[in-house]
Amino acid sequence: MGTDAPALKVENLETHFFTKAGVVKAVDGVGFSVERAQILGLVGESGSGKSVTGFSILGLVDPPGRVVGGRIEFMGEDIANADEARMQSLRGNRIAMIFQDPMMTLNPVLRIETQMVETVLAHRKVDRAAARARARDALGQVGIPSPDERLAAYPHQFSGGMRQRVAIAIALLNDPDLIIADEPTTALDVTIQAQILHEAQKLCRERGTAMIWITHDLTVIAGLADKVSVMYAGRIVEAGAIDDVLDHPVHPYTKGLIGSVPSRNKRGAPLYQIPGMTPALLNLAPGCAFRERCPRAAPACLEQPAPSEPVPGRSVRCFRPYVEAAS
Amino acid sequence: MSGSALVEIQGLSKRFVKTLDLAGKLANKLGSSIREETVHALDGVDMTVAKGEVVGLVGESGCGKSTLGRIVAGILAPSEGRILYDGRDVAALAPAEAKAVALKAQMIFQDPFASLNPRMRVRDIVGEAPLVHGLVTRGELESYVDEVLLRCGLDTSFKRRYPHQFSGGQRQRIGIARALAVRPDFIVCDEAVAALDVSIQAQILNLFIKLREELGLTYLFISHDLGVVEHISDRVYIMYLGRIVEMAVTEDLFAAPNHPYTKALLREVPRLETRHSDFLPVEGEIPSPLDPPRGCHFHPRCPHATRRCGEEAPTLREISPGRQSACHLNDGV
Ligand SMILES: Nc1ncnc2c1ncn2[C@@H]1O[C@H](COP(=O)(O)OP(=O)(O)OP(=O)(O)O)[C@@H](O)[C@H]1O
Ligand SMILES: Nc1ncnc2c1ncn2[C@@H]1O[C@H](COP(=O)(O)OP(=O)(O)OP(=O)(O)O)[C@@H](O)[C@H]1O
Ligand code: SF4
Ligand code: SF4
Ligand SMILES: [Mg+2]
Ligand SMILES: [Mg+2]
Repeated sequence: MGTDAPALKVENLETHFFTKAGVVKAVDGVGFSVERAQILGLVGESGSGKSVTGFSILGLVDPPGRVVGGRIEFMGEDIANADEARMQSLRGNRIAMIFQDPMMTLNPVLRIETQMVETVLAHRKVDRAAARARARDALGQVGIPSPDERLAAYPHQFSGGMRQRVAIAIALLNDPDLIIADEPTTALDVTIQAQILHEAQKLCRERGTAMIWITHDLTVIAGLADKVSVMYAGRIVEAGAIDDVLDHPVHPYTKGLIGSVPSRNKRGAPLYQIPGMTPALLNLAPGCAFRERCPRAAPACLEQPAPSEPVPGRSVRCFRPYVEAAS
Repeated sequence: MSGSALVEIQGLSKRFVKTLDLAGKLANKLGSSIREETVHALDGVDMTVAKGEVVGLVGESGCGKSTLGRIVAGILAPSEGRILYDGRDVAALAPAEAKAVALKAQMIFQDPFASLNPRMRVRDIVGEAPLVHGLVTRGELESYVDEVLLRCGLDTSFKRRYPHQFSGGQRQRIGIARALAVRPDFIVCDEAVAALDVSIQAQILNLFIKLREELGLTYLFISHDLGVVEHISDRVYIMYLGRIVEMAVTEDLFAAPNHPYTKALLREVPRLETRHSDFLPVEGEIPSPLDPPRGCHFHPRCPHATRRCGEEAPTLREISPGRQSACHLNDGV
């Protein structure tokens, strides 16, 4: 329980959806940790289980989904088995989430002020004037001009980028220890995206907030994150420091994914193509889920690879990683 | 290069008038004066696309990229300006010729699902237009559709299926096959890979490059993703609020942007090679095209803006061989 516990530690998280057609193992043995003032990039393609991982940490998985296994430790406290009252006191307070669509956070029929003041009052014993002052400061913090006047506005009176900044301001209100950001810049233009990344980075550096930045975009993670976990079909297939993973990926999927991204030194040349497409998670066959698309697949891959450390500081789920000595 | 221009656009403008809704009309009857609003989606755009060239068009949301693409593809009429196709003014063509030219320019959209008729089988989606326009006979149709599907990396056994039975990447291939089936010379790709996962995006970009080599196609490639545009384009136009602000050969543009907006945009492009960056964003919001700033549209956000910039719009002109830019700074003030 010491203060040097990571902000968040997740071990062997399993979240399954029990549908009529069968079991969807959306999150299947996921683990990672985030220190204070650290940004973890959680990257993967559509349907790989990124959002469900975020919802699981916050205790927001709805039936037919259920967290069926694993440990979630927040600042040293086991919250996987916490009751709803405890989770409510953490959500929007110590742990905040930012969604791709800011309207998941914002209520269209309430003034910004009302929503922000309520969020402060729900978790802090202060008077309305103090709560309002906090709301104004948070808007200023994310670069909303004349925050005092903007407090009176409704969400539709803001542009898309501004709305996302308001959603971030709401996440900041109670100075959380952990922010889970689920593709918050995917729908935004480059210059607006940069404004948001700038705010995220500032928070992390100045206030020591820990962050999980969920995205399908490796290029965003490259500039922002300290470390990265790559997800495929409900599992983390490779994790490590951002430079190490991007410069020397060892899992065939990570290597393929990086090769697929257009970049300067490949201009005009064919991009690396991962054949086929991501498997459906419903009744997924046992073994390595990347097998059908993998250039290194071997008979051993019919088994499920456990996480190993083929290079120092790297966690990889693969029987035949690209490691010099072995290949 | 202008000698071999396949498409040439001169002084193209497009205005959309937002007509008043019922509430607005009522309010006016009751004495208020709510005016109809005019969106200047395009404002005097010039552009050339040479035969066999891939031209990128980049700009932020709402700047007019799709509007330009739709006009060039013949789907939308301009408010002002001319489009020359192979040197001939499209508006002045006889109907039969106009129809032939219209087939030569095809468009591929972002959302493959929305652009495919859900009640048609793949065979008909791909085969309908070539049959109607007499490019193939009914007897040749089956083998023709097979040929187009294979070229686009689709299994011919997919012919009998409906669009909902395919993944996003496959649907985009069907959209491409439909466009190719009428044997176009010129393809306008409007955010054609934006909705796809990275690994699928790579497959489709590779397909575009392969088709260009095999069929000698010319592309106008519209995207807000600078990484993708840099990858595929020979030359790039940068657009801001309905106006072209810069044009250059891709390498030159990315190596040394001239216009302050291009500089800001390129600085913010997230790249795999950029690590632990310090994000230092451009200030301010993208202004509304309903009420664009006077003078240079970029002046409220430009760190170099002077008084002149707020009063006088800079013209797009050649500042060095093969490069155009619209900024007063190039006047050597
Ligand atoms: N309510 C549900 N019932 C059944 N399956 C579900 C449900 N919610 C999510 N899933 C499945 O869980 C898997 C993971 O979904 P998740 O939303 O976490 O993906 P993601 O990585 O966030 O993808 P994206 O990039 O598209 O947001 C998907 O295969 C999805 O179909
Ligand atoms: N049919 C229409 N009626 C009224 N306004 C329109 C119409 N089509 C486009 N506009 C407006 O014209 C401007 C340019 O739109 P356009 O779709 O060309 O932008 P874009 O650059 O393609 O943006 P995005 O990147 O979001 O696709 C926008 O302000 C848009 O709202
Ligand atoms: S375990 Fe086998 S199939 Fe899976 S990624 Fe590694 S080599 Fe490929
Ligand atoms: S004309 Fe003026 S405001 Fe516009 S880009 Fe150039 S310096 Fe900036
Ligand atoms: Mg998601
Ligand atoms: Mg568009």
